[in-house]
Amino acid sequence: MKGWMLHHRQAAAQALRRLAGTPLNTLLGALVLGIALALPAAGEMVLANFQRLAQRIAAAPQISVFMALDAAKKDVADVESRLRKHPQTREVRVVPREETLKRLKDSEGLGEVLESLPRNPFPDAFVVLPGDESPAALEAMREEFAGYPRVEHVQLDSAWVKKLDALLRLSRLAIVLLAAVLGVALVAVTFNTIRLQILTQQEEIEVSRLLGATDGFVRRPFLYFGALQGLAGGLVAWLAVLGATFLLRGPVAELAGLYGIDFTLHILPLADSTLLFGLAALLGWMGAWLSLTRHLSK
Amino acid sequence: MIRFDQVSKRYPGGIAALTGLTFAVESGEMIVLSGHSGAGKSTLLKLIPAIERPTDGAVIVNGQNVSALKRAAVPYLRRNLGMVFQDQKLLHDRSVFDNVMLPLAIAGVAVRDAGRRVRAALDKVGLLDREKAMPVALSGGEQQRLAIARAVVARPAILIADEPTAHLDDATAADIAAMFHAFNQVGVTVLVATHHEALFAPYMTRRIVLSHGRLLA
Repeated sequence: MKGWMLHHRQAAAQALRRLAGTPLNTLLGALVLGIALALPAAGEMVLANFQRLAQRIAAAPQISVFMALDAAKKDVADVESRLRKHPQTREVRVVPREETLKRLKDSEGLGEVLESLPRNPFPDAFVVLPGDESPAALEAMREEFAGYPRVEHVQLDSAWVKKLDALLRLSRLAIVLLAAVLGVALVAVTFNTIRLQILTQQEEIEVSRLLGATDGFVRRPFLYFGALQGLAGGLVAWLAVLGATFLLRGPVAELAGLYGIDFTLHILPLADSTLLFGLAALLGWMGAWLSLTRHLSK
Repeated sequence: MIRFDQVSKRYPGGIAALTGLTFAVESGEMIVLSGHSGAGKSTLLKLIPAIERPTDGAVIVNGQNVSALKRAAVPYLRRNLGMVFQDQKLLHDRSVFDNVMLPLAIAGVAVRDAGRRVRAALDKVGLLDREKAMPVALSGGEQQRLAIARAVVARPAILIADEPTAHLDDATAADIAAMFHAFNQVGVTVLVATHHEALFAPYMTRRIVLSHGRLLA
């Protein structure tokens, strides 16, 4: 057991020495792997931020109820009381048409357009937070509210959440596919690096075997080399994504501000970072393993 | 300790390197293996650490049938043998110290113990003051002594050497021969293939003579 630990420590140290012994090659290798990994990692960073944003905007489904433009105050009050009495509504917020007009007049760009209109184009509206958020209940409520007198339109705000959710799932799939393709590239690059290593270490391998080295002893430094090079590639990718996050943070916050959203771009989440490092090391190890199996003479 | 039983070795193409060899080497013996070039000396030595396998017959080392040994078991056999190769097989990208360290690293000897044993082995062959040198900076005789230090550092019970005095001047060759005798004196079984039998004559060793792959004496 002690000897086994010693062998692993020595193999890791030897792999590190080989990496340090050819700094330019090591750097170039890490850059190639890093840039390949940076693509899916950056995609994942963007996606994670989108998800965070989507969750904040659409924490719960809403039902928007719009009255007819010419509905009387009495009709509005009537619908409000019916909504409030409805057993499945948790909260009913009244959005009077005057308030909507004022809010949009104050906002950037729309003020002048609205000034020029002869009358208020906005209807009175209600935002209803349903008690039961199941799709069937929501749909039932939508139909029921639409039947109330003087109600012009009922909108289920969960519809766009569903679309966004589907879009995010599709993006995640695209990133996984991209990562898989680039993962194969990483294995191929490591495969070739290790092939060249085996060629240059041929003498050492032969002598070690003559002196009683097991296959494990011969292979271990190469496996560590592959894993470490993969890890270095992962680190390069992580740093690249980190740099991009900080560079984009200002402009993204500015853009979000224009839409009235307070949003800060977050760095790659810890779980995704761990996954990136783990996968990079594992794929490097796999590339080395395949190369050893193929190129190491028995 | 080592026993050959009706051992034959044919290389692909039908060339018979060894034919029907039977002999035994007792523990603590020193054997000089001689014969003309191409008589099969190197092939015979390569059968002991299972570098080559016999086509027929059995090679028994320490009671173990080497000729039938599984591939995975071969490394452990080799760790019990000290070998000096004809072409030395030193690693030229590492120091004298690290060359001698290699067998101990392979066997998983703890680093501190290993350092002590490497220096002891270098001391025995008179290279203690050259431990940091690279092999290329050593003379022919020093390189041969380095190869011997590497062969004995793991304290093997059997030491095998293939032409250890080739390309050396007479005085240096005599030193090397004396060194093998000294190892034999402390109980190591020594098997040396050489065509400089005269160098070993003073030690009254047993001779095994090969001619065209057959035992002469």
